[in-house]
This record gives sequence, C-alpha cells and structure tokens, in this order.
Amino acid sequence: MEIIDILLSASFWAAAIRIASPLIFATLGELICERAGVLNLGIEGIMVAGAFAGWMAVYSGTGLWIGVGTAMLVGMLFGLLHSTLTVPFGLSQHVVGLGVTLLATSATYYAYRLALPEVTSPPKIQAFQPWDIPLLSDIPLLGPALFSQTPFTYLAFILVLVVSLVLYRTPLGLAVRAAGENPAAVAAQGLSVTAIRMGAVIIGSGFMAMGGAFLTMSAFDSFFFEMVNGRGWICIALVVFGSWKPGKALLGAVLFAAFDALQIRVQQTSLAADIPYQIFLMMPYILSILALVLMSRRAQVPAALMVPFNKGER
Amino acid sequence: MDHDAPTVLCLDAITKRFGKLVANDAISFSLRKGEVVALLGENGAGKTTLMNILFGQYTADSGSVEVFGNPLPPGNSRAALDAGVGMVHQHFTLADNMSVLENIILGTRSLFVPRLDINAARDRIKELSETFQLAISPDEKVGNLTVGERQRVEILKALYRDVRILILDEPTAVLTPQETNDLFATLKQAIANGLSIIFISHKLHEVMAISDRVVVLRHGKLVGSVNTTDTNKQALAAMMMGANATPPNIAPATTGAPLLVLENVSTPNIGTAPGLKSISLALKAGQIIGLAGVSGNGQAPLADIVGGVHFPHTGTISLNGKTIQKWTPREAVKNGIARIPEDRHKTGTVSDFDLTENAILERYVGAPFSKGGWLNWRKSRLFAKDIIAKYDVRCPGPDTPIRLLSGGNMQKLILGRVLEADPKIVLANQPVRGLDIGAVNYVHSQLLAARDRGAAILLISEDLDEIIALSDIIHVIADGQLSPAFLRNQMSPAELGIWMSGQGFDTGVAHAS
Repeated sequence: MEIIDILLSASFWAAAIRIASPLIFATLGELICERAGVLNLGIEGIMVAGAFAGWMAVYSGTGLWIGVGTAMLVGMLFGLLHSTLTVPFGLSQHVVGLGVTLLATSATYYAYRLALPEVTSPPKIQAFQPWDIPLLSDIPLLGPALFSQTPFTYLAFILVLVVSLVLYRTPLGLAVRAAGENPAAVAAQGLSVTAIRMGAVIIGSGFMAMGGAFLTMSAFDSFFFEMVNGRGWICIALVVFGSWKPGKALLGAVLFAAFDALQIRVQQTSLAADIPYQIFLMMPYILSILALVLMSRRAQVPAALMVPFNKGER
Repeated sequence: MDHDAPTVLCLDAITKRFGKLVANDAISFSLRKGEVVALLGENGAGKTTLMNILFGQYTADSGSVEVFGNPLPPGNSRAALDAGVGMVHQHFTLADNMSVLENIILGTRSLFVPRLDINAARDRIKELSETFQLAISPDEKVGNLTVGERQRVEILKALYRDVRILILDEPTAVLTPQETNDLFATLKQAIANGLSIIFISHKLHEVMAISDRVVVLRHGKLVGSVNTTDTNKQALAAMMMGANATPPNIAPATTGAPLLVLENVSTPNIGTAPGLKSISLALKAGQIIGLAGVSGNGQAPLADIVGGVHFPHTGTISLNGKTIQKWTPREAVKNGIARIPEDRHKTGTVSDFDLTENAILERYVGAPFSKGGWLNWRKSRLFAKDIIAKYDVRCPGPDTPIRLLSGGNMQKLILGRVLEADPKIVLANQPVRGLDIGAVNYVHSQLLAARDRGAAILLISEDLDEIIALSDIIHVIADGQLSPAFLRNQMSPAELGIWMSGQGFDTGVAHAS
C-alpha cells in the first residue's frame, strides 16, 4: 500500500526526473560516441570534470548558462584527447578511456585544491531554480513531475529530441551511424572517418560533462569529491539498455532514476523495520541488471564499435 | 565500341611500392568513352593497388592520373567521386544494419544540410534501378540481402553519384553464373548510357565475354594491352602467367580397396538447406571422386560426415571394413582423414595465430608436437618450416600471423598441413576457390600426387571444369540426392548440368554403385 502511495505521488516522479537528468546528458554523450564506433570509458572522469568546471565558473562570477558552456568545453577538451588517441592513432579504447577517467578525476581534484586551498566545506552557488511551465505545470501529477523542473532538466529532454533528429534525419547523422557500422563504407563515399569519429567523441564528451555539471548546478549547489559516484558507468549500461537509440535510452534513464527515487522513499516506510537499508540501496542496481539482461538480448550493437579504422590498410 | 571515342581516363607511369615490393611499376594505360577495359592478372599482380590509387585510397609514389583531361589530386576518394570515378570494391563497403537507401545516399550531400531528402532519393534509386536493370527494394536492410543484391547496391551507389567511369574489382568472384549474366546485362546498359568501365578479373572466359580491350598485369608490370577480338584465352593465360600455364598431367588411376563407405546415410534438413537423402558412397584408395553440384544441395552435411563433424542419424559409415560407432573430428584425423575445409578463413585457420600454430592445429595433442601436456615448439616450428619450403608458401617466416598471407599461400599451408600427415583419405572441399591459376594448378597437382600415393580423395567443387578435369568418378548432388557414378569422360558438361538442376533423380537410379 505504502509503495502504491509513493508511486502516485508527484514528488516521487519529480525526484525521478531530477535524478534522471544527469544520466540523460551523459547517456546521450556516450551514445553518440558509440554510434560513431568509439567506446568512451572516459565518461566517469569527464562527468567529474564537468561537475567541477561548471560549478567553478559560476562560483567565480559567470552566469549559470556560461557555466554550462564552460563544463561542455572542458568535456570537449577531454573528448579531443580521447579521440586523438583512439581514432587517428588507433590505441585501445579501453585503456585510453580508463586513462582519461583517471586523468580527468585527478586533474579535477588537483584543480579544486589549487582553487580552494583553505576551505573545509565547499562553497555553495546559486543553482538553477525550478521553472514552472505555464498551464502544463497545472496538470495533476504530471505537471509537478515534468513541468516544474529546472531549465537544465528541460534542456536534457530537448537534447534527446535533437540528437534523435540529427542521427536519423540528417546527412550528418547518417554519416555518424555509418562510421559505427562500417567505416570502410564511409571512406568509400569520400568522407573522412577520422573527422566524423573525432567530432562525435568531442561532442559526446561535451554532453557527458554537462551531465556532471547538472549535479553541481541543478541537483545540488556545490561540488563534493566522489559526487559522480559511478553514474558514468551506469550510463554505459543505459546505452546498451537503450539499444543505442536515444528514445529508449531516455526511458532507461528514467526507469533507473525511478528505482533510485523509490528506494529512498521505501526506506522511510514500515517495510524498512524488517529489512536492512543496504538492500534498498542495492535495489536500483539489481533491477537495472535484470532490465539490462532482458533488454540487451535484442540490442543492436553498432557493428564497428571498438574497431579502429586505418585508411589504406588491407 | 567506337574507336574514335574520346579518352576519358589516362594513367601515366603509376608507381607504388610497399616496402621492398613494387606493387605497380610505371603503369600507363587509358580508357575511352563507352569502352570496357578488362584489367587481367593473377592475385598479387597489382590490379587492386592500381585501382585503389585511381580511386584515391592509396597515394602513388610517382605518376599521375587524368580524368576527362583534368589531373586528379592523389589520395582523395572524394575528388575521384567528384570527377566521376566510382568503384565497386571486391569486399563490399556496405553497412549491414542500415537500409539500401541509407547506404546509397551516405555522403552524397553536404553533412551540414539540415535534412535528408529521403523521398526524392527513393524515387531516383527506383528510376536508376529500372534503367540499369538492378532490381532492389530501397528500404530493405542490407544485412538481409544476398551477395548478388549487395553488389547491385554497390553499383547503384556509384550510379547515384552520376559517375562516368565505373571500376569493378573482381565483381564476379562472389556471384552465381545467373547473377553474373545479370551483372553483364547491367554493364551493357551502362555502356549504352555512355559510361566507361574497368573490369578487374582473373577469369579468362569473363574477360573474353565482356571486354573490348584487355590490359594484362604481371608482378606489378604492364605486360600487354590487346583488343579482345584479336586474342584468345590461351594467349591471355600465357601473358598473365609468364611461364606457360599448363594444367597437370593426369595418369590413369589404379583403384584399390574401399576405405570409407557410407551406406544409406540421411541427415535432417536444416532450414531451407536440404539434408542428405539416403546416400551411399564408397571412397576407394587411389581414386578421386568428384562431387559436382550447386552449393547448398547437401555438400555441407556430406563434408561434415566425412570430416567427423557430424555423425549421421540414419545409415552406417564404415572405415576399412569396420562400422564406426564413435565419430568426432579428432577420430577422423586420427584415422588418416585429411580435411581441406571449404572456408579457409573461418574454419581452416585461426587468422591471428602464426603459421606454426596453424600448422599443428589438428595434431597438437600427443607426439610429435607435444609430450606430457607440453607443446614442443621446436618440432612444431621445424614442421612449419618444412611445409613452407616444400609447398612453396610465400611468407616472411613461420612466426607470421596467417592472416597476412594471400589466399593461395594460406591454402598451400593447409595443403601441407594435411598432406604431410600422409593421409589415407582427403576431403577437399572447394580447394581452389578464389585462387589464381598458378595456385590452382599447384593444388591440383598435389591432390593428384596424393591420389597416386594411394589416397582416396573426395573433391567437392562448384566448378564443373575442375570436377571434370580431376575426377576419376563423378557424382552429382542435387537436393540432397546423389546421382549414379559417372566415369571420366562419360558425361559432357551439359549432361552433368542437367543432373545438377535436379533432373534425372526421379527415375529410381539414385543409388550409386
């Protein structure tokens, strides 16, 4: 009964959408990279760097949207590093990706200490505030859940639509998808596989960093160590769950977020008296693994994912 | 062909080196409007390299290309396409998970225009496919197409871009005879529409059938350029091979005892592929039995049974007079059955393993290549070196990954691997598919030598000429049924062709002696 009450409450769904937002950005980013044929395991570190960069920019006096732009730019720089090593040089995407994660994380913590050597608790910024969309936010249940979010969340949903349109309705999207399916086909049509793949990784990394920035600029209002806390790895799974399609990936992100929002609330019900709270903490992950097992059987992996392409090689 | 037609393409002194290898040595030739030039040469003669230079996938070390009188910038596929040069690669460059339409329009518009004009593209593809007799449905996924249909997509990709010069690299290597005829019809249509064609091949009869002029390459050098009407197959073969290209002599067979006998063997159908329908067959020492037939008519299950991969559901197999109870690949190898598999890349070799590892792949358990569970690399390497020397495998050494070898050299290693074990029975499944004439003759002479040593050989091939040339006994397989045994020279190719089409079996003589 208590669970049904939770599921029918607007605050639960509002929380789910809020928790889903950073995952949506980063999942889209990873999806773009993988659609072009590059696995980007730098995602976790790039999210950390984005979280810090956006927050730091705002803390040092820029506007919120400039902060988002700063985060994206920092992400794109790490994307440039990742794609330079993996695309023209053809290095192992696993090793480079994990290396970028380690580098981005450590560089961020280092930058934090350089910028704020004395503080014990990190300063707060004026984060994005909820913005009610007129009329729509008055719809019962749906209104407060979907249309009383911050503009940063709205941007996540808009981005899903934009990425979907670009991937499936434009020559650019076609070229990106083809680069992930058979780069030789792209080269044979006179296009540069290197440029397309690098471009996709750079843009994708920018989106990942925006996912990180959401944490410090919309979900919370400050930067903590460990605050990304594995969300990047979840996004890699969400790409698989979404079968490399933006719409399905959005669904997966919301589903995972709903599990997460649910477990927090279930901990406060009578159920929690008998069950250790760690079980609830595990729940979203266990349910995600189950969903992943069920969904990924029909998933359409890009055929050339993780296959380097060298022009002129036999 | 109009001999005064303007020149559309001119290659001037193209030279390309890969390390020490000179792949193209100062090659010059030209192509006129409406002309089909066949580029003939063995594998490794430099044909594909030359065309990849023309199409901008390699950069020549020296020399230049002119298209319609304008120099073509080197190393730029886009420039080649824009100048009206299109290429149908031997290994298709298609994305399987995308539709025909998406594959065709990829890269045809600037990447930064806001939308794909799918409907206009679909109309144009339909129009082109009608004009050029290239039946295709634009919205089908490429992954669902047959090999012949994929090739049509490749050709449409070029035509969609309004190319004026079409390069086809070994286009018939993957086609059935019927599909080849369709392709030729399309090419004639293209010529009628004012295109010019370069047709790369090493199949002489196709070159004779389709081309106006033949340019022959050998070891990277241009060795001849002749009008097709002024030459014949023998002359072309001699030009292509250099030293004369005679097939091996065949001594009469001295047939011995039956070694492997199949009696009333049947297997279930797998999907649309027919299983065997109560087949009886005896492989006898010193005899080559040729199995003719269109691929997919039961050759695979039969090869699997002889090779030890499957044990038949009904019927019996006996080896040297004893009925077999247990039958696995290892049993087959232990009992002296040598297997030359149909697909040397997928089932014949492990491509990232080196030559040594591939050489001992079937026999690494026990002496001489291992002892007490430890591999004996020294002996294994010696064995590989032995094969390399004896079977003339051209390679840098026994430590080379086998994927770097050409098909012919890979097949020579497989041949050495199985024949050095002195087999009693040889299962040769499509042993010369994709090989050039030199390698074909070599493989055939080795099979004949094995026969003369007293081995029983089952030769499975789609190439009727090969079956007729080598076999002492010919069976035709069609829809899982086996024809009676025909002796050498008993049947003409046309008569065998009738059996291959499935006629003749219903007269109740399906069981061979």
